[in-house]
Amino acid sequence: MDAILFLIFAAIAVACAINLVVQKHPITSALSLVGVMGALAVIYLLLGAEFIAAAQMIVYAGAIMVLFVFVIMLLNAGEEKKPARPSWFAKLLGIPLTIAVLGLLSFFVQHGSPQSSVTFGEYTGTAKDVGRALFTTYLLPFEITSVLILVAILGAVVLARKEMD
Amino acid sequence: MGVMGAVPLSWYLMLSAILFSLGVAGFLMRKNLITIFMSIELMLNAVNLSFVTFSRHYKQVDGQIFTFFVMVVAAAEAAVGLAIILTVFKNRSTLLVDDVDSLRL
Amino acid sequence: MNFFLITLIKTGIIAAVLMTTLAYLQWVERKVIAHIQLRVGPYRVGPHGLLQPLADVIKLMTKEDLVPEHVNKFFYIVAPILSVALALTSISVIPFGPEIEVFGVKTFMQLTDLNIGVLVLLAISSVSVYGVALAGWASNNKYALLGALRASAQMISYELPLALAIASPLLMFNSLSLREIVDAQAGYSFGFIARWAVFQGPFPQVISFVIFMIAAFAETNRIPFDLPEAENELVAGFHTEYSSMKFAAFFMAEYANMVTICSLATLLFLGGWHPPFPVEFGSGYIPSALFALAGAVALYHSLHPARPKDRFTLPVFAAVFFAIALAMAAPVLSPILVPLFWFASKVGFLLFLFIWVRGTLPRFRYDQLMRFAWAFLFPVSIVHLFATALAVALFTK
Repeated sequence: MDAILFLIFAAIAVACAINLVVQKHPITSALSLVGVMGALAVIYLLLGAEFIAAAQMIVYAGAIMVLFVFVIMLLNAGEEKKPARPSWFAKLLGIPLTIAVLGLLSFFVQHGSPQSSVTFGEYTGTAKDVGRALFTTYLLPFEITSVLILVAILGAVVLARKEMD
Repeated sequence: MGVMGAVPLSWYLMLSAILFSLGVAGFLMRKNLITIFMSIELMLNAVNLSFVTFSRHYKQVDGQIFTFFVMVVAAAEAAVGLAIILTVFKNRSTLLVDDVDSLRL
Repeated sequence: MNFFLITLIKTGIIAAVLMTTLAYLQWVERKVIAHIQLRVGPYRVGPHGLLQPLADVIKLMTKEDLVPEHVNKFFYIVAPILSVALALTSISVIPFGPEIEVFGVKTFMQLTDLNIGVLVLLAISSVSVYGVALAGWASNNKYALLGALRASAQMISYELPLALAIASPLLMFNSLSLREIVDAQAGYSFGFIARWAVFQGPFPQVISFVIFMIAAFAETNRIPFDLPEAENELVAGFHTEYSSMKFAAFFMAEYANMVTICSLATLLFLGGWHPPFPVEFGSGYIPSALFALAGAVALYHSLHPARPKDRFTLPVFAAVFFAIALAMAAPVLSPILVPLFWFASKVGFLLFLFIWVRGTLPRFRYDQLMRFAWAFLFPVSIVHLFATALAVALFTK
């Protein structure tokens, strides 16, 4: 049961990721990325991380990707046309490089990963545990990320405002 | 392969590796600024999956805390990055990475 | 096996009740707004317009379902599907009552009891922004796109005060599971004041309730925040190019969102299915008494009816009300029906509030709306969260 669920949602995630890379229009890519995030949220639930799964949907799929979709709709970014001087070098380098990265990562995964298996229900990262860790052990990074968000808000507001004379 | 019903940990890590390399492929091969940015988000998601997997393996919550921070950083980065993309579009009327080349030799 | 069967039965019951409620919510809305505006509303189709929703459903289903040729076909079809699917899914985590025992099977009056129920509702409302945005984009129409972008910006702006208004009572309940939240509001302080969140010490969550209701108006795109679908400003906003079943899907999604948010407000702030005063003082008899009173009023009016047809329809209504009153008093059915009555009446009161506000207030302009969210509601909800945290830290052992 766990294996079937994992395989279904892993297949959805990989299919949406391939769709992201292959599609011409940015909005289809953006919605494929939302699909990847949804599939990953379910996989987090299979791993027992329920708070992170909900946070993934609320923050990533529900806020960050909405921002992406807004920008694509506002800029009316059309389909990617073929560039004037097609770069054979990028194609020559791109696909083998990807396969090399994938091969290297697979090697390390196969040989270095711990030999254990995951069954749904053995461990649950409840919101209580995450909250307790966030506010005791990781309090300093938590406060610093709040400052980080403040700086990001300021940066975005400064960059996007109109020039006032 | 594992007991029927239990999924080996390396499968989750393989999925993370596949998603990461697809992100790398998108980053290298696409020309639209926004699509490149989305490939970066895909790579961040793949790394999040690794963190959560290892948090599950060690039965500690620290991996999920890191995931939380990665999400926060991704949100901040998306906000500022999209503002930069909007400014680039306003000044150069193009979203293709090839055309933003005034600093090239 | 038993679990799946029970859940299937519950899903069937909840789906049937929900769809009927959505259809008749529209009837209630039309009647209430009509009476606010000193007219009668639907009156001719069935007694007092009660078959009007059926007529509307038949009309919407038999209208020509056309897909205009200038639209992006995939997203045009996916957007209403996404909207209505998400809106209907969010009912699955809402508890309607305590644990009941039917034919020897003990079960909760809820489809699933998740540990993170509140977060699931927030997540679904976050993702339902896509339905609106995609509808506007796919329509390939500048009014629709503008309406969709404004609606999406409004929805994500008001998600922040909504989430903070939800976080304040959570500080007092220490759980994200909706059933545990309602269980923490059981009991009565000083023997007769209900321990609902709006009355519960150390910090009664009244301001949070008001912020939640305001943000709820904005999340569901209702007046006074309905500029994105205003008829006289933007043609019809993001659903300009939609007709028949797809338009019906958006409509259903809007009403389902209203029901979900009112249910969430009831569970978080108004104590779910707990009565306002204790059972010892007689709150178990109120549902039967109310329905019996409604039946008596219907019988009284049937003596001198306004229309000759009402001489027959009003006694039928009276009979139905008396039957429900008897069911509420029956000892077998009352543990199921009485909590359901309290829950439904609180949700119904909040829905009536939604409709009342729609008939009364004018709509905000878009910049007023955004300024209200960011410059007023958001700081107030943050300060309220701090105040609640301070009160809980000081006065809880």
